[in-house]
Amino acid sequence: MPITTIAGHAVEVNDEGFLTRPEQWSEDLGRELGRVIGIELTDEHWRLVRFLRDDFAHHGETATLRRVSTQTGTPVKSLFDLFPGKPAKKMAYVAGLPKPKGCV
Amino acid sequence: MRSLVVLGAGTAGTMVVNKLRHRLPTSEWRITVVDRDDLHDYQPGYLFLPFGLIEPEQVRRSRHTLIADGVELVLGDVDRVDPEARQAALVDGRTIGYDELVIASGTSPRPDQTPGMLGPEWHRSVGEFYTYEGALALRRSLAGFTGGRLVVHVTELPIKCPVAPLEFAFLADDFLRRRGLRDRTEIVYVTPLDGAFTKPVASRELGHLLADKGITLETDFMVERIDQDRRALVSYDEREVSYDQLVTVPLNMGADFVARSGLGDELNYVPVDKHTLLSSEHPSIFVLGDASDIPTSKAGSVAHFSVEVFVDNFVEHVQGRPMTRRFDGHANCFVESGGGKAMLLDFNYDTEPLTGTFPLPHLGPMRLLKESRANHLGKLAFRHLYWNLLLPGRPLGLPAQMSMAGKVPAA
Repeated sequence: MPITTIAGHAVEVNDEGFLTRPEQWSEDLGRELGRVIGIELTDEHWRLVRFLRDDFAHHGETATLRRVSTQTGTPVKSLFDLFPGKPAKKMAYVAGLPKPKGCV
Repeated sequence: MRSLVVLGAGTAGTMVVNKLRHRLPTSEWRITVVDRDDLHDYQPGYLFLPFGLIEPEQVRRSRHTLIADGVELVLGDVDRVDPEARQAALVDGRTIGYDELVIASGTSPRPDQTPGMLGPEWHRSVGEFYTYEGALALRRSLAGFTGGRLVVHVTELPIKCPVAPLEFAFLADDFLRRRGLRDRTEIVYVTPLDGAFTKPVASRELGHLLADKGITLETDFMVERIDQDRRALVSYDEREVSYDQLVTVPLNMGADFVARSGLGDELNYVPVDKHTLLSSEHPSIFVLGDASDIPTSKAGSVAHFSVEVFVDNFVEHVQGRPMTRRFDGHANCFVESGGGKAMLLDFNYDTEPLTGTFPLPHLGPMRLLKESRANHLGKLAFRHLYWNLLLPGRPLGLPAQMSMAGKVPAA
């Protein structure tokens, strides 16, 4: 896996730029990953990113958009406003988690 | 006398009771299976109904004719399960106690979950083929179709038989060609995924097939609502796809009683250990078929392979011994690609779809991840195997564990 340097941290990423080792993530890094995709993280973004991190720690899978929406009480429309275009992927990217499996 | 109760007499539930009736002595175990009606449909047949490639009577039988002697079939709606009291309550007030419970209540299309999907045009210009009634209504719609924009749409994953909407698009292409309407029809495939399918290798192969057939692919489309008046799908990021005939796959959800019983996740699927299918929370509840949250396809092949593993494990489990078999997520899906051909996908939790041959290494006769006539014939023959071998619980001669022999990981 290629190694890249983001905000002074050397991290392993896959060919789409997603972190491959979630334990290399930090909130500093998350802030910088947000900037890479043009998002300045607000409290509302952080609430969702922290949910994703917690949920991944418990379940070992990246939460789907629906799961984020129901578990955090955030309408899907708001998720699209906060992470425009592809919220599921962008949230995972910022949280340093694998892209959610669209399932199988 | 101990009691096994199975909720759901579909593909998984029927196989479970029929196989276990042979394995559990009738002097020791009572087996009861509950379903809301006496209609068992061969669901893979729904795909062919709209094109007149199969007749309605070929996909439907009475459940009670498919259930082994010595198993009681109870007809009624399940209200809730109480794991502490080990009891299932039916909506009509009856209760059924159990020592061991199998939840096999599947997953169902829920058009009520997308604003504008249900409405005056439901089962008309807003069609679907995941129910018997919907597939027959779509047959009427397609018979009267004279050209325009045909949009095949997936609302959200997971769905049961995730290749079916692609197959629908391929068969529609074929159907329209034969009727001389293909030149006057634009076919669009709309998906929330970033490609044609979930698995990268299969997504690439299936994406090529869409392109070869001139089917437009619209990706990353999360539908917010359907505007029936303007005949358009509208996404959360405010894109619109207009249609003359829509064929949608509604959101799929597990049974409502699962949610009422506090057993489900956000889509009413029951969390289980993916290798034993035992509930993560309740040691007397197993979940078979589409009702669980295992990370593999919701498909009859998965139900079949997992039931084989489960039955052996269950016998050990009720004798107080450790369960020794592990389900590997094996799925085996025929993909009708039109023109009398089909592809075959074979994968599990850890392995992407492979190329090679199936079921015999090097001999086939069916080829994996490649279109062939033999694959199509295999798919057609499967209906007979389903009714006569699979549901009665007779051996099919296919190993539950996926084998790597004769297969090549696709590059």
